[in-house]
Amino acid sequence: MSLLRLALLSLWNRRLTAILTILGIALSVTLFLSVEKLRTGARDSFANTISGTDLIVGARAGDVQLLLYSVFRIGNATNNITWESYQDIAGRSEVDWIVPISLGDSHRGYRVVGTTPGFFEHYRYRRDTGLRFTDGEAFGDLFDTVVGADVARSLGYAVGDRIVVSHGTGRGTGAEHDDKPFRVAGILAKTGTPVDRAVYVGLEAIEAIHVDWQGGGRVEGLQIPAERVRNMDLTPKTVTAALVGLKSRITTFRFQRFVNEYEEEPMTAILPGVALSNLWSLVGVAERALSAVSIMVIVTALLGLVTTLLASLEERRREMAILRANGASPRTVMGLLTAESGLIALAGAVLGLAFYYILLFALQPLLDARFGLYLKVDIPGVREGAILAFIVLAGIVAGLVPAWRAYRRSLADGMSIRS
Amino acid sequence: MRVKSARTKRFSRLNDPEHALNIRDAAFSWEGGFGIEIADFDLLARERVLLLGPSGGGKSTFLNLVAGITTPSRGRIDVLGTDIARLRGSKVDRFRVDSFGIIFQMFNLLPWVSALDNVLVPLRFSKLRRARVADARGEAARLLGALGIDATLHDQRAGTLSVGQQQRVAAARALIGGPGIILADEPTSALDSANARAFLDLLGAELEAARAALLMVSHDEALAGSFDRVVRLDDIARATGSAAA
Repeated sequence: MSLLRLALLSLWNRRLTAILTILGIALSVTLFLSVEKLRTGARDSFANTISGTDLIVGARAGDVQLLLYSVFRIGNATNNITWESYQDIAGRSEVDWIVPISLGDSHRGYRVVGTTPGFFEHYRYRRDTGLRFTDGEAFGDLFDTVVGADVARSLGYAVGDRIVVSHGTGRGTGAEHDDKPFRVAGILAKTGTPVDRAVYVGLEAIEAIHVDWQGGGRVEGLQIPAERVRNMDLTPKTVTAALVGLKSRITTFRFQRFVNEYEEEPMTAILPGVALSNLWSLVGVAERALSAVSIMVIVTALLGLVTTLLASLEERRREMAILRANGASPRTVMGLLTAESGLIALAGAVLGLAFYYILLFALQPLLDARFGLYLKVDIPGVREGAILAFIVLAGIVAGLVPAWRAYRRSLADGMSIRS
Repeated sequence: MRVKSARTKRFSRLNDPEHALNIRDAAFSWEGGFGIEIADFDLLARERVLLLGPSGGGKSTFLNLVAGITTPSRGRIDVLGTDIARLRGSKVDRFRVDSFGIIFQMFNLLPWVSALDNVLVPLRFSKLRRARVADARGEAARLLGALGIDATLHDQRAGTLSVGQQQRVAAARALIGGPGIILADEPTSALDSANARAFLDLLGAELEAARAALLMVSHDEALAGSFDRVVRLDDIARATGSAAA
């Protein structure tokens, strides 16, 4: 009878304890891998919010603030940039494309973004993925709107529906642009980015709904009907920010300096990747906390393994002594115990990996739909392999503690047990 | 001259192939000072000796010393020509399993392993005993059968067998591979006298076939009839400290 068979039979004899220990390790491994996936997924999702845009231009502000309001629609711009400056930038020879963004209004809690159809053409996310319409198309008419996937899903919008934009960005401001409703012309496919949670209208439409407004309220006694507005000059006076694509990336820093030193008005140009990195470093504490939790989970599981092995050792003193009395050396006994703890750890790690993938497959669509958190299902890679190897190695090391105790315990001690 | 002749005599006795076991002036102490001193003891090859002593009188300690489970603080314990007291580490483990078959008081079977696999355990660790058996499983089955274990029970887990059956499995385990000496620590203590005698008869027959010596310790004088010689522990050893183990 081989030692491995002996170890397996012994484990089978204590299967309830062994299964519970394996389950404990498996759950810890699942939790560890899940937390790690969430952590890296959140970071990737965050970093993938915008791609293919070389610079974001806005009024003078901190880079994180500009990124927050222009891309994540969090907070407000302290100032806008004039249409003339925007045109000046757009006319530069280095610029391949430019998309304006005008913020300030909302629709039932979702930000309204004034832009041009170029937004749907040039905006990229997740490694150069373009926007896609699940239904309809970009706005062709002045009062057409395109809604993000989350807006359409949560408010139940379909192409052709009529919606009203509210003045301001707060919920229930009471000031509705209800005299100039919009028609839903297109619905964007899910991106897992803030694009899903916005309503897009033409830049001229933003001017159109505000022609009879001043200082945050309707001008008393003035109401210009939608049809009349169509004939007016709707050239915007300001925009909030602009996304810029350059013909050559080599010119990025030079162009950034040009914007930052623009004499007509104070402006800031940021590199989205750098700003994203800066922003992530601000929220990095949470990331580190998650890492700490992951490590603690694994340590707890391994401590559990040591505890279980030590407890089982007590009931196995006889078993070890029988083997010793029949010729097994202390090293063999030590090898048996470490092999057993290694087997338990391996089984726990493999089972934990299986649980992790089952969980990932089951929750991936839900996380994507509910939280816009896209978690890619990868095949087990070097990282997962390294974690499994670490768990097994740690399991063997954990087994050394009871094994050392068994090694030191004399044969006579085991033989003296009478029950 | 007297001293020299005594030494010569002892030397010849220690290496005498007729002597399975010879103990001279051995002592052992547990922590706390309790211990045992053995002046002189011999076990001849193929001899069956019953060592009688009261419970707690140091019989198990005596067997542990003989088997090299505990190491004496002084003296010689020659087993089949080798002083087991001088062996260290894995050598003593290997020597023990090569030379002895041990039947413990509580039989000490692995309860979650089949009866047959329990019998095979010593062969896993003793090359010498393994080499003596051409068909290990066949020999294990034969021994179990000879000791009265029905073939239907061979693959049954040892923990599910009766006390009497477990004891026979332990005897088969001790006998497999033909070790020179069988050590038995009160193996009949859990049996009634009829079953004890039946067990000893079966064991005796197998010992005869295996040409092995038997040293059995017990407090039961009624078993004396099954042995070639009876030795009282008091006559060859004395307890030291407050009590013996």
